[in-house]
Amino acid sequence: MKAIDRVLKARDKDRPKITDYIDNVFTDFFEQKGDLLGKDDASIYGGIALFHGQPVTVLGHRKGNDVSENVICNFGMPGPEGYRKALRLMKQAEKFNRPIITFVDTPGAYPGLEAEMYGISQAISGNLAAMSTLKVPVITIVTGEGSSGGALGIAVANKVYMLENAVYSVLSPEGFASILWHDSAKRDEAAEAMKLTAADLLEFGVIDGIISERGIELSVVNETDEVKNYSRLYSRVDKQIATALKELSKLGAEELAKDRFNKFRSFDEAYLKVDASARMENV
Amino acid sequence: MTSIVDQRKNKFNRYKDLRNNPTELLEPVIKPVKEYDAADRINDICDSGTFERFEFEFPETNPLEFEGYVEKKQELRGETGWHDAIIAGSCKIGGYKAVVVVMDKRFMMASMGIELGETVCRSCEYAMNHHLPLIIFTASGGARMQEGILSLMQMAKTSAVIEKFKEAGGLYIAVLTHPTTGGVSASFATLGDITLAEPNALVGFAGPRVIEQTIGQKLPQGFQRAEFLEEHGFVDAVVKREDLKDTLAKILMLHH
Repeated sequence: MKAIDRVLKARDKDRPKITDYIDNVFTDFFEQKGDLLGKDDASIYGGIALFHGQPVTVLGHRKGNDVSENVICNFGMPGPEGYRKALRLMKQAEKFNRPIITFVDTPGAYPGLEAEMYGISQAISGNLAAMSTLKVPVITIVTGEGSSGGALGIAVANKVYMLENAVYSVLSPEGFASILWHDSAKRDEAAEAMKLTAADLLEFGVIDGIISERGIELSVVNETDEVKNYSRLYSRVDKQIATALKELSKLGAEELAKDRFNKFRSFDEAYLKVDASARMENV
Repeated sequence: MTSIVDQRKNKFNRYKDLRNNPTELLEPVIKPVKEYDAADRINDICDSGTFERFEFEFPETNPLEFEGYVEKKQELRGETGWHDAIIAGSCKIGGYKAVVVVMDKRFMMASMGIELGETVCRSCEYAMNHHLPLIIFTASGGARMQEGILSLMQMAKTSAVIEKFKEAGGLYIAVLTHPTTGGVSASFATLGDITLAEPNALVGFAGPRVIEQTIGQKLPQGFQRAEFLEEHGFVDAVVKREDLKDTLAKILMLHH
């Protein structure tokens, strides 16, 4: 499959959304709204829920299921208030020792006038810094589009997973083509060059695993079948979260923060070894 | 009176600037003949003869195997004398020791790739190990597109290291210079204990052109400029270039 096909799949409006994951993987969800600083940003959706009986904080980007919801959710493009709301929920999770599970699906943070005025840069950098020190397990799943700092702003996790057809990139392929080649129509080429598929990111060492989407799109005959098919995806997501939580439960509070810090401090160390190329030649 | 040759050169440099930084098309400014670069900054800020450059060694990186990227960097290394868009070292400012990091936009708009992010981190770690304040002069077009996702991840890497330094009691002063945008603006540039900005510096997450396209209207005068940030409470002070050294020395003194 070409990279651009994955991009289009990742953007498919019929893909399961954060609301679907919460309904199908968690129970007893209690939504928490607002950044407590003056606004509720609907493009970040989250709250407390049970995962196999364990309280967790779950949050993520919300795009909405139809046009009116899309508008309310600003198509999943948060402003500073969204990131501050996410941070509030995460700090609270830390207080009550709840693991944090985030779902990433965004075209990016909102590039708007008010977003700049109220500090979108500061909101994102604040999240990156604060997430690196959280003393509870943090797990991120990129379910659709993971685009730019808007995705990363809730994705500084101990474990990062991607769905097979999700993408995760520095910018949208359109933006990339427009910046480098001054032609946003070259998005197909850009998608290829950017190496933004789950397989690419696993190879780069940026993510920890890929959640298979095999067998979930076939034979969507009627509504019941559709539910059935997606239920396979939900059970895979469930399993991945359970495995990750089990692994992370072995770490103490300080170790969890250290583990996350080390992960982001050294993910690119293979590219920084001065003698790497010399050694390759010897092999 | 400028000679004809100089006039031509100025014109050529001006076009080159605009190519590198199209956002300036929105608000053209008259540029000096020679752009103020990282070496000028170090001369102006550090007490004379005190700057000791860190000798970090980096291999050639091209993680996406992006066509022409290595050649472009090699060409710029010849032009600027830097290995990437950043130089770092320790120095004294008004007698106070500090780690100083300067980004140089002549090098691919000082976009952040692995090497730049790592230089920020290692400088910060040096400051932490030696109990020195850290001063970063930011300037950047954002993420280094040619390094893809690894460039994006530098945001998390630099933010985590800066946060660790600050938690350990380190003083971090960010000086925002024109322009500081994108991934740099949304990571270490906006994490300062103290944030200064140069007058009229463009600082923001999205570029003005992108915002105008998104909202379908012209941006107000002065939008995303240093004074605008000051008004909205995101910088401690807007400081003129000629006053920066004294201001920094004073802040260092207050934390000594």
